[in-house]
Amino acid sequence: MGALLTRWRTVVWVLPAVLLLVVFVYYPIADNLRLSLFSWNAFSPEPRFVGLDNYAEAFGDPVFWRALLNNVAYAVVSLVCQAGVSLVLAALLEELVGRRLRGLLRTLYFIPAATSITVAGVLFSFLYNPRYGLVNAALHAVGLGHLARAWLGEEGSAIWSVIAMSQWQGIGYTAVLFVVAIQRIPREFFEAARVDGAGPVRTFFSVTLPMVREMTTLVVILTISGAFLVFNEVMVMTSGGPDNSSQVLGTWLYHQAFFEDDMGYAAAVATVVFVVTFAIAALQLALSRRRREDA
Amino acid sequence: MTAVKQGAPEEGALKEGALEKRRVAVPPARPPARGGAVTLRWVAARVLGWSVLAGFAVAVLYPLLWMVLSGFKDNQEIFEQPWALPGALRWENYARAWELGVVRYFTNSVIVTVASIVATTLISAWAAYGLCRLRMPFGNAVALLVLGGLLLSPTVALIPLFRLLTSIGLFDTYWALIVLYTAFRVPFTIFLIRAYMIELPREVDEAATLDGASTTQIFWRVILPMCRPILVSAALLQALFAWNEFAFALVFVSDDSMKTLPVGLMAMQSRLLTDWPVVLAGLTIAALPTILLFMAGQRQFIRGLTEGVGK
Repeated sequence: MGALLTRWRTVVWVLPAVLLLVVFVYYPIADNLRLSLFSWNAFSPEPRFVGLDNYAEAFGDPVFWRALLNNVAYAVVSLVCQAGVSLVLAALLEELVGRRLRGLLRTLYFIPAATSITVAGVLFSFLYNPRYGLVNAALHAVGLGHLARAWLGEEGSAIWSVIAMSQWQGIGYTAVLFVVAIQRIPREFFEAARVDGAGPVRTFFSVTLPMVREMTTLVVILTISGAFLVFNEVMVMTSGGPDNSSQVLGTWLYHQAFFEDDMGYAAAVATVVFVVTFAIAALQLALSRRRREDA
Repeated sequence: MTAVKQGAPEEGALKEGALEKRRVAVPPARPPARGGAVTLRWVAARVLGWSVLAGFAVAVLYPLLWMVLSGFKDNQEIFEQPWALPGALRWENYARAWELGVVRYFTNSVIVTVASIVATTLISAWAAYGLCRLRMPFGNAVALLVLGGLLLSPTVALIPLFRLLTSIGLFDTYWALIVLYTAFRVPFTIFLIRAYMIELPREVDEAATLDGASTTQIFWRVILPMCRPILVSAALLQALFAWNEFAFALVFVSDDSMKTLPVGLMAMQSRLLTDWPVVLAGLTIAALPTILLFMAGQRQFIRGLTEGVGK
């Protein structure tokens, strides 16, 4: 009896974490599913059950599809930059640069990721400014003045300009992850490749690339799910405008909830985001489990 | 950052400096062994590689440098000579930004960040201890619950959380942010600390038990001190997260005097629409703490990132 009590008392150690998770993480997600079936707003606390109407409304709404498409664009560009460009940068850093300078460059590359999204976002909205921004000034300076535009103010360019800023902030972060992955490759592999007469490019494709596969998988998955959750960047720089052209699902649900006061619709959009990102995360778990079994 | 630590335990915690040491045996790239001559192609490839690295460094650094320097300019200088150095070091811009709101947002950010660091690290260390060093009923179920917490993202929970926080009276308080920053980061931090804690030899606990120490004493006097390196990493990552978090801070705090820096800066930008130098000075002040923190604790940062992100 005493032993049983002692065993149960150990539960105290995990209790705070479990309570926090249940109340502030799990319950809200479950509540969101329920709320998406009601029509309600912040000031009429009497929700009306409408079944799947909110979902029907979302799927029939061109802005919803526009937002989803923008999320996809975000994912594609981020994949190329965060998984592709970052890996190349990391490999170059390892191949070319001596120890000290490498440390310095690594630090430098990471700095944007250490700044907050507001700092980066507001800074870039100055750079993109149509009259005084550096981007247009630079274009004029090199004779490409006809390309100058109101980057964040035009429907054709707003979301792309936000995505570009996001890459500026993110590439260094994933490059650092890849640097660590490359450093974990046993040195003998590189020696062997060198002895066999493989050049740097050949070595990259036949040693580095296969050996960092796990990290690549992880970065790919984190990047995709990040792209479907994106909110801050768009909120800070365009709030989804002009004319909803740069909405993503995250900002669209925020807009519906707190500006249109259509909470049920917003909850339905949130559920869609949840399903997409949960599926991606579950895929990650499944992959890493299989990897562990292979090993 | 939702990521899962799935590494095999024996790979273990990254020892200080191990990364750098393991590599000294290999000299930097030399010309191809065969022939040995420095060919034109080899030179061209290296020049290209270096230009990519240098080009990226400039692309990263220049906007930030421009931000810091423009904080010293006046409006006319920014608009007419955007590329030039400031004509004078106008520290008064920084002073004005500080007085016009940054000081308040900064204080709020410090309060929320420090509180959430303490809460997250402690609560996670307790849980990690329970999960990996004590025999606990339903241990697996708890581990699964924590793992699941990694998969759930804040954006999705905005609306129900708004309802919840309003109904329990936390809306528009520091507590709203402290509690949420802790709750959403606890899963990641537990896995981070657990990966390290699980490596500590069993004999440590057994010896302490023989000496008559209780599990509580073992935690505070033995295990926690031994986990110091990973606790530092966990605290640094939490600092970066809490200092920069935007979505919760935007939705759950509406009173301007309670806003943290990320949201406060946006409010300031719309208040001071035309006063670019002051806004840019404010941005610089806001960016400095995390950049300095990262530079000072770089090794711990990177360990936390890569341990947390799996191997």
